Amino acid sequence: MTTNVISLVSIGAHPTSGRPRRADQDARAVELGLQLAGDNLQVLHAGDVAEPALRAYLGMGLEQLHVLEQPAGADALPALTAYLRDAGAQVVLTGSQAETGEGSGMLPFLLAEGLGWPLVVGLAQVESINDGSALVLQALPRGQRRRLKVKLPFLATVDNAAPKPRQSAYGPARRGVLQAEDIEVVDDELLAVATLQPAKPRPKRLKVIKAKSGADRMKAATAKASGGGGQVLKGVTAQAGAEAILKLLIEEGVVR
Amino acid sequence: MSDIIRRDPRAEWIARNRLHPLHAAMQPAQHSWMGPNGIIRKNLHGIGFIGPNGIKRIDRSGAQQGGAVKRSATVEVQLPLHQVPAPAFYISVVPDMVGGRLSSHDRDLLGLAHQLAGEDGAVLAVVFGEHKESAFATAGVDRLLVLEGEAFSGYAPEQRVQGLRAVDNQFNPRHWLLPDSRSGGGELGRRFTAALGERPATRVWQVKDQECIGRAGAGLQDLARPLARLILAAAECAEPVSETRHEALPVELSTTVARSLSRIEDLGAVAVDPAAIPMAEAEFIFSGGNGVKDWALFHETAAALGATEGASRVAVDDGFMARDRQVGASGTWVTARVYVAVGISGAIQHLQGIGACDKVVAINLDPGCDMIKRADLSVIGESAEILQALIAAVEAYRNDAKRDAA
Repeated sequence: MTTNVISLVSIGAHPTSGRPRRADQDARAVELGLQLAGDNLQVLHAGDVAEPALRAYLGMGLEQLHVLEQPAGADALPALTAYLRDAGAQVVLTGSQAETGEGSGMLPFLLAEGLGWPLVVGLAQVESINDGSALVLQALPRGQRRRLKVKLPFLATVDNAAPKPRQSAYGPARRGVLQAEDIEVVDDELLAVATLQPAKPRPKRLKVIKAKSGADRMKAATAKASGGGGQVLKGVTAQAGAEAILKLLIEEGVVR
Repeated sequence: MSDIIRRDPRAEWIARNRLHPLHAAMQPAQHSWMGPNGIIRKNLHGIGFIGPNGIKRIDRSGAQQGGAVKRSATVEVQLPLHQVPAPAFYISVVPDMVGGRLSSHDRDLLGLAHQLAGEDGAVLAVVFGEHKESAFATAGVDRLLVLEGEAFSGYAPEQRVQGLRAVDNQFNPRHWLLPDSRSGGGELGRRFTAALGERPATRVWQVKDQECIGRAGAGLQDLARPLARLILAAAECAEPVSETRHEALPVELSTTVARSLSRIEDLGAVAVDPAAIPMAEAEFIFSGGNGVKDWALFHETAAALGATEGASRVAVDDGFMARDRQVGASGTWVTARVYVAVGISGAIQHLQGIGACDKVVAINLDPGCDMIKRADLSVIGESAEILQALIAAVEAYRNDAKRDAA
């Protein structure tokens, strides 16, 4: 059984130069989609069809890419919601945050709310899809994974825990077809009130020592090992010591 | 005991009376004496005494009284209590509570909440499930709402959104503050704002004069906008509360939370190979040093506990562990929540590397080493015996859990 998968892609920006490129997380969404659906993967973009960076996605081995044509500064949400409602997809994959524009990471949440679909955040792997539900692994901080069972159709965001995207090849990127579709343009009202400015480097937080006397300040500056309030078990048997350690590890939830 | 230095007439009387049995014992230690070559030697460190504020005092009048009594100079400073008897409005904060405690990110957020609350508003913290935090009062929580129940346990984002909606209906907070973190806050906040249909300000790092600035895109740009009702704030968005104490009065919801039919079922955590987790972000590190003699046993214990292995510089230099496992100044700076140090005495370079760790457990032979001063729990003893006992205890615990489940 083939699954109907749609990956949503956007235009990224190189972290140093700021030049347009394929967005890293979106490329991971395409990679995951290719692993799930193979040639049946549909890739969707809302924006300018003439953007050369879009062809980098085609270079990953796609035959075509749908583009809902919009000028810059338009709201992608209504167009995408309308498209996905009729597309009949079972799984929709997106990156978790855009690399240009506001980059609030709200789009998948608003899409899921609009479509009434469940949303999986931080998808790392799809284990199986059958009987109208999917078993997926969710990536958690600190390299942990959680298994979730989610009803189809669902939306999922991918982050850096998802498989690395394949390289984009030049030939397929040239041969691929960009299918543009005209849609109604809705302007994003945020840009009327907010301003984008170059990022200010954030200062490192200073360690402020609030001490009344010079002696306290001296003590704070020269203090070696902090803590001091720890419990010390001395002269106990190895068994009792191990029990105490295990109790703390279980309390902290690291030993399950 | 008071810290005021008082005259002790009895001690003075004993000092005058050379025949008193306590006269010798109560004499201040001798600080100058004739050396073997006829030179007067002085012990300058012994002169004087530590005054009530921890400052050394030298009384040259000869009637020195201090020093004989050991005084405690450290007095628990009681911070002024900030009370909001009738809040004009609420600022709601939903801390992450990683491991059941307030993280530094949560504390920054509470600081920001106080900045927004001013004198009249109250900061309401909404906590899901059980917690282990005891310092809500000093972290700046005026009102504490704990939403408990089976429905909120585990991974239940949809149910938590229902809980937050109920809080929103009852308290109608002026602002909602959530941490924009990967450990739950970012996701919950976005789900909540999507459910409310409001536009949040995300990755906010500065709030000033009804305007907030947040990072936009991939971090190359900032977005300045009017202050939103829902704020997802980045770490270090404000200074944490440090100068006041707060009431942390418990409040309750007057309505029951609607149950949402969960479309996402949590099947629990998946065992991950601990060796594959990068050291810098591992949650639980089991680290060995010079005191470990039986390295096979050490590896066995780490596997039994399911911990990522680490090592001190000595263990790496001696070839027992790979270089990429080194913790400390020239190795990896780890952020583990629980760090177990076996046979590591705690060189300053190593202690720097574990500065961000929450709970440190030390197993060591030497009760005076620096690692024990840093550790929350230390066991003094031979590491091999304790590790063997630990393996046995973990196996017994796992077998018990299995029997209970069956």
